[in-house]
Amino acid sequence: MVNLIINNKKISVPEETTILEAAKQNNILIPNLCYLENIHKIGSCRICVVEVEGMRNLQASCMVTVREGMKVYTNSERVKKTRNVLFELMLSDHPKDCLKCERNQKCELQKLGEQIQIKEARFEGQKSQEVMDISSPSIIRDTSKCILCRRCVTVCNEIQGVGALNPQKRGFKTQIGPAMALSLNSVNCAFCGQCTVVCPVGALVEKDATQNVWKALFDKNKRVIVQTAPAIRAALGEEFGYEPGTLVTGKMVSALRQLAFDDVFDTNFTADLTIIEEGNEFLQRVTKALTGEGATLPMITSCSPGWIKFVEHSFPEKLEHLSSCKSPHMMLGALAKSYYAEKLGMNPKDIFVVSIMPCTAKKYEIVRPEMINDGFHNVDAVLTTRELALMIKKAGIDFQALEEDSFDNPLGLSTGAADIFAVTGGVMEAALRTVYEIITGRELPFAKLHITPLVGFEQIKTAEITIKDPKEEFKFLEDFTVKIAVTSGLKGAKYLMDQIVRGESPYHFIEVMGCPGGCISGGGQPRPTTPEIRLKRLQAIYNEDESKAIRKSHENPFVETLYQDYLNEPLGHKSHELLHTHYTKRGKFNELLDE
Amino acid sequence: MYDNECECEYNHIPFVVKGEVSVALEIKCQCQCAEESDQDKYTRISEIIDEYKDKEGSLIQILHLAQGIYGHIPLELQKFIAQRLEIPLSQISGVVTFYSFFSTQPRGENTIKVCLGTACYVRGGKKILDQLIELLKVQVGDTTADGKFTLEVMRCIGACGLAPAISINDEVYKQVNPDKLQSILKEFGEVKK
Repeated sequence: MVNLIINNKKISVPEETTILEAAKQNNILIPNLCYLENIHKIGSCRICVVEVEGMRNLQASCMVTVREGMKVYTNSERVKKTRNVLFELMLSDHPKDCLKCERNQKCELQKLGEQIQIKEARFEGQKSQEVMDISSPSIIRDTSKCILCRRCVTVCNEIQGVGALNPQKRGFKTQIGPAMALSLNSVNCAFCGQCTVVCPVGALVEKDATQNVWKALFDKNKRVIVQTAPAIRAALGEEFGYEPGTLVTGKMVSALRQLAFDDVFDTNFTADLTIIEEGNEFLQRVTKALTGEGATLPMITSCSPGWIKFVEHSFPEKLEHLSSCKSPHMMLGALAKSYYAEKLGMNPKDIFVVSIMPCTAKKYEIVRPEMINDGFHNVDAVLTTRELALMIKKAGIDFQALEEDSFDNPLGLSTGAADIFAVTGGVMEAALRTVYEIITGRELPFAKLHITPLVGFEQIKTAEITIKDPKEEFKFLEDFTVKIAVTSGLKGAKYLMDQIVRGESPYHFIEVMGCPGGCISGGGQPRPTTPEIRLKRLQAIYNEDESKAIRKSHENPFVETLYQDYLNEPLGHKSHELLHTHYTKRGKFNELLDE
Repeated sequence: MYDNECECEYNHIPFVVKGEVSVALEIKCQCQCAEESDQDKYTRISEIIDEYKDKEGSLIQILHLAQGIYGHIPLELQKFIAQRLEIPLSQISGVVTFYSFFSTQPRGENTIKVCLGTACYVRGGKKILDQLIELLKVQVGDTTADGKFTLEVMRCIGACGLAPAISINDEVYKQVNPDKLQSILKEFGEVKK
């Protein structure tokens, strides 16, 4: 432990603690802006400067670690003056049109203003060059609002390993963006949206889809179907004052009804369906591999469109490892405009499907040319969790006062296996709950059905399951050990892909989620997503799973009905047409590669 | 290394400069390097990358040598280097656009640098720069349409006693004024009106 004095208060903290953290642990708040716990610490904004006795210059408290006997002043006249000037300079190059900014009331620069309390903004200097990049279907980049904190650079490069964003030019001309003023849509951006979660201001935000959704809702001739991803229910509450980790499934459904959506369906339903299709695809691949027919293994999950775009750019020669399953919300969209449209006796052109997703890459996924059936886009609009909250607020709905409601059928019932699609390790666990039972006729042998080594936030998690005493038709799998790996965040995915490229991958089945921790901390989720908040969302998801009477996808009665009435069999002709897809080789610099 | 040295491996300096008001003699480099194809240039850059690849922090060195071979570092060359070094393109471009030494545009036959250090600035360096922008019809950092001149600024070259100073191809011209500027430029051929 190190003893030091901050503002005349004697404190004692572990070695290697920064002054900022030491102060925070002792309830002394040092204003800061660019700092992001455990993720980003470069001292670029200088707002957190403090005076340290014996040191000539003010020190960035997020960078300097404590020393024995240190005397720190966080509120001296010199510190306050400096902080004010820094803040005023920052404002001098900021548009200050807060009332029409998406981050209004949720902006870290505004919050900082509340703490620093300047009385006048003395500097009206030059403004830096304004670049408005609306090229991508997912993310909007507005450099006029950028404060050059470089948080997005850290997540894009060090956490995700994508490297689409980096500082360009220097000094006052510095801009954070892709190489050579290229647009986001013309580089290898995965559209994961992690940059939009950490951006303290409105410089990186999702592309607005609320306008299109309002328009559809006001259109009397449209049947507007909404579906919600598993991760929404564990995070949406945060936008309405609930503690992180509060499940708001029922209120969310009520709110969607009040917004006048005609059908409120659950992406969880098609998560169950995904498990049937993907589980059977895996079983088919393993069978082919073991019976000498040959098949590409490991098979890798395909639910995360950010991951898909990443692998298309980075490993275009390895796309055959991906499961051919569309992601669950695309499956639901495809079924809504075929199966459900037939049931209603409606023309699919009059159906408008909206997906509420924790994800910005899903906005891009719906415009992929592969996601069109019979000339209709499977899904017409994607709203992030944050955008849904904005719509609920705009409609004047008092969220906390809402009654609990439940999803519509036939595309609304789901099992616990579908809930855990929201967290890293969940898709794998859900798939194995079903596949293991198909092979052996017995339940997956884990307490509460959770594959313990796959639960948690480690970057790469692995497990092995040996098959004993299978059913007659799977005798060839006796003593076969299924090796699985799970990763979340694109850096871990790259590691596992590099293994495959080198021919050293020991695995049969890999789950990849593009965002660290899975969809619960997706690019479209409420800000902030701290490690504690992420953990609470994870616990909420496992609670939702355990609270369900049915917890295995193949036991979902409406999935069974769907196969009987419409799809006939897993991996059948109809499934392939509606529920499966193919991928595009893209290359590192977004150049289209020859097929 | 000079901006105007020949792009061959011997680093020939094609211009020889003498005299009080410098005269760039028309002595072209005798080697055949100028004939080198893009493909050969890329091969040489590739060899350099192999040599430096595993040394940490060698990106600037690689870019420096690559610019020496190729003359400038356009997007395509940046992509090539990014691919070979397995680092993001945006990072390469970040470095290229950070340092004024690197250029993403083809450079002119001659590089004019105007000193805007304190002494030169107060003695009219800025006016010289404005005049050059007008005469050459280019902005700072750009190259004339005919490929003859690239215009740049620099901060103090330690020739404050000669202010305002400019340099063309690293030869310094002292106490420049508008009339003198016209005659200096004439040495390099007519400036189009």
